[in-house]
Amino acid sequence: MSRELFKFKGGIHPPGHKAESTGRPIHPAPLPKKLVIPLRQHIGNPARPIVDVGERVLKGQLIAAADGAISTAVHASSSGIVSAIGPARVPHISGLPDECITIETDGRDEWIAHGPLDYQAMTRADLLAHLRDMGLAGLGGAVFPSAVKLDPGAAQTCPTLIINGGECEPWITCDDMLMRTQADAILQGVAIMRHLLGSSEILIGIEDNKPEAIAAMQAATAKTDFAVETVSLPTRYPGGGAKQMIETLTGKQVPSGKLSTDIGIQVFNVGTAYALARAVHHGEPLISRLVTVTGHVLRAQNVEALIGTPFDTLIQLAGDRDGTTGVLMGGPMMGLPIPDTSVPVVKATNCILVESAELFPPPPKALPCIRCTRCADACPAELQPQELFRFAKSDDFGRAQEYHLFDCIECGCCSYVCPSHIPLVDFYRYAKSEIWARERDKRAADLARERHEFRLFRQEREKTEKAEKLAAKAQAKRAELAAAPTEAGNSGTSEADAKKALIAAALARAQAKKTETTPQNTDNLSPDTQQEIAEIETRRAKIRALARKPLESEETP
Amino acid sequence: MPSPFIIDRSSVTQIMAWVLAALLPGITAYVWLFGPGILVTLTLASVTALAAEAAMLKARGYPAKPFLADLSAIVTAWLLALSLPSLAPWWLIITGTLFAIVVAKHLYGGLGQNIFNPAMVGYAVLIVSFPVQMTQWAGPLELTLVEPGAVQLSLAQSAAVIFGGDLPKATLDAITMATPLDVLRTGLYQQLTVDETMTQAIFGHYGGVGFEWLAAAFLLGGLLLWALRIISWQVPLAFLAGIWLTAGFLHFFDAGRFGAPWFHLFSPSVMLCAFFIATDPVSGATTPRGKLIFGLGAGFLTIVIRTWGGFPDGVAFAILLMNLCVPLIDQYTQPRVYGEAIVKRDDGTRKEPRT
Ligand code: SF4
Ligand code: SF4
Repeated sequence: MSRELFKFKGGIHPPGHKAESTGRPIHPAPLPKKLVIPLRQHIGNPARPIVDVGERVLKGQLIAAADGAISTAVHASSSGIVSAIGPARVPHISGLPDECITIETDGRDEWIAHGPLDYQAMTRADLLAHLRDMGLAGLGGAVFPSAVKLDPGAAQTCPTLIINGGECEPWITCDDMLMRTQADAILQGVAIMRHLLGSSEILIGIEDNKPEAIAAMQAATAKTDFAVETVSLPTRYPGGGAKQMIETLTGKQVPSGKLSTDIGIQVFNVGTAYALARAVHHGEPLISRLVTVTGHVLRAQNVEALIGTPFDTLIQLAGDRDGTTGVLMGGPMMGLPIPDTSVPVVKATNCILVESAELFPPPPKALPCIRCTRCADACPAELQPQELFRFAKSDDFGRAQEYHLFDCIECGCCSYVCPSHIPLVDFYRYAKSEIWARERDKRAADLARERHEFRLFRQEREKTEKAEKLAAKAQAKRAELAAAPTEAGNSGTSEADAKKALIAAALARAQAKKTETTPQNTDNLSPDTQQEIAEIETRRAKIRALARKPLESEETP
Repeated sequence: MPSPFIIDRSSVTQIMAWVLAALLPGITAYVWLFGPGILVTLTLASVTALAAEAAMLKARGYPAKPFLADLSAIVTAWLLALSLPSLAPWWLIITGTLFAIVVAKHLYGGLGQNIFNPAMVGYAVLIVSFPVQMTQWAGPLELTLVEPGAVQLSLAQSAAVIFGGDLPKATLDAITMATPLDVLRTGLYQQLTVDETMTQAIFGHYGGVGFEWLAAAFLLGGLLLWALRIISWQVPLAFLAGIWLTAGFLHFFDAGRFGAPWFHLFSPSVMLCAFFIATDPVSGATTPRGKLIFGLGAGFLTIVIRTWGGFPDGVAFAILLMNLCVPLIDQYTQPRVYGEAIVKRDDGTRKEPRT
């Protein structure tokens, strides 16, 4: 393969620890007695349960439907009785319990009726709707609903399709094992993606520390009836990140705040392609996935686990050992600490990494930053982590944002290289959450101010209306007076009256003019608008502009 | 404990240890060319620095152990010692070191917080306060040993000189010498041209006799640091370029009044500064472009101060002046971040995403 590759900036070379878990064949995990299936396993709205407690469900049965545009469905991973619907412990960053459907399995593992789909005969919309109901979500870790990503939208086509087999995080090997064993099925999934996205260029990026996977994929791509290129990439963390892979393969960067599809590129994980193939060619929804169980265990390996299987079950399968100091979901760079190992495997669970003091010694005490800029050299987002750290530490969130805090992908490269052992990523997470919180507070305050300003405006409007009424009255009076002289001749008192009336009339006209300049605004300000919470932002700006206008014009009569 | 859960093995201690190691070629050459006196200076400065650091940490309520172990105080001590005249009296060394550690480092907030390079603050304070004592340079042995009645000072004798022991005035005169920079300055003062001055024995091929080899040894250590990626290429290259360009420019227009660029480049203080002092991360610029500006500016100022300033060498003041500019330099040289859209920044530069 002589494809020209590009270099993304930064990155690190942590020890891979891949061999530990690739030596054993993929093992099916045992069927647990109880499956706990969270409704929120993907990005977007949680799925809406459509079964009741006590109901018998079959393997592969839809138990919670996609809710809203960005959402996906959830299925029963095995047959059994729904025993609970409610909050349970889940592997999530917040550590809070979340809504789950619990199924007491009956051991029969009885499938619901299912079969292949003739996708080529379907319209795009039908196929996408169908896939939404298959519960597909990105299995690389981001778990974005796949049906949404497979819809090219207004562009109608997405020229470049990248299949991500990078798997750059140390210890994790589930994608590697999947490519070694299921290369053909992955390509079936790719064919469906190509069908939906109309892509002309298809690239499979695999880091060169997985020669077996590369060979397997190359052998499989030789048999396809469309052009696919398997590209071996230099191993460098986070080369398997979507943005980094795009840059390595195409030399392009995704503009800040945009999506890769805006530059005509869509990226899917190999596991997602495989799941898509299962869904279309076998009618199987996403109810299981490969999970690497590795680290401080007796038999590190990859297991095919049902969604909802407790972590414990898998750790026991791999052989738990004394001296365990913790468990992570994911790899050591971006993984999530799991304090409670009874939580279930979810669609995002690519790895269960068991820690020990030898494998993961606690970091030495942090020293002050010496501004050595090693972090900046390692940052794939091309940020200045030392400056972000300085701002985050001093709660200078404005500057932190100016220095692109929100472009930080939390890859951990900066913390990894820092000679002062500063937990930099923690500071960025803190700053981000703090900014979000303040943003929320500010929005609440804005809402209050908006209400206040609206009231001011209403008072102003009432004043104007009063003046208008007065003007109308004065007009009538003046008309009367204008008619008077011809009838009653000159009289001192009526002259003075007329003058007064004329002044009043002039004032009223001026007032009326003022309201004339903003007639459209008064229409918008019916009390109903207050209830339209969804349009809060635009309305706020409008109301504020309005509220200010009469106040300013008061000073220049 | 949140992610990442693994870290590289590097540490501040390790970085500082490498910096010290990279100074060894220079120190070896120093001993070889100028006698063992420098070892006394280095030891005295190190002991003072550690004591001062420990005292300051205690006073500020910090744990002494991790901070003493980071070796940064020793690095400061060595850099100062290597900048001082090799036979400077003991109280000069102690005063300079104390200023560097207590004032420039700890009163500014300790490791990582100091705005100014501590070693250069120490040097600047000494040269302003004690200009006479700051001229007790041991001459290169190559020249001093040929003088009639000359001796090579042993380590003990050097220590005796430094600690104020009474050496016969004649001996002291025989072993100390004005530095090439001083000689050039004096020559120009006496209305001699550069070429006429340069005929004196102290001048070698590029720089001064002995001094040029010392400079080469510092360069060697510096290249080691660069090879280990402990320092980036930007600062040394820009600093040397700043020296060369400024000196070259002046020399081009009036070779009679301004020394050749090679002469300036091959002075030990310039090489030491290029690779060990200007590259101090704490007080230097951090962005890639900022490092270039920092280096170029320091090089330029060094020559300007050497040429028109009132002090024999300009390196220390050049660095301190550039230290002052660092916040500004950093602010205006922020690199483009990944995927950054075309935006007009307040400094007027436009950044565009690579596509
Ligand atoms: S790597 Fe650590 S010590 Fe070095 S600049 Fe970054 S934060 Fe500071
Ligand atoms: S965690 Fe953020 S700041 Fe640190 S290297 Fe990754 S992207 Fe850069």
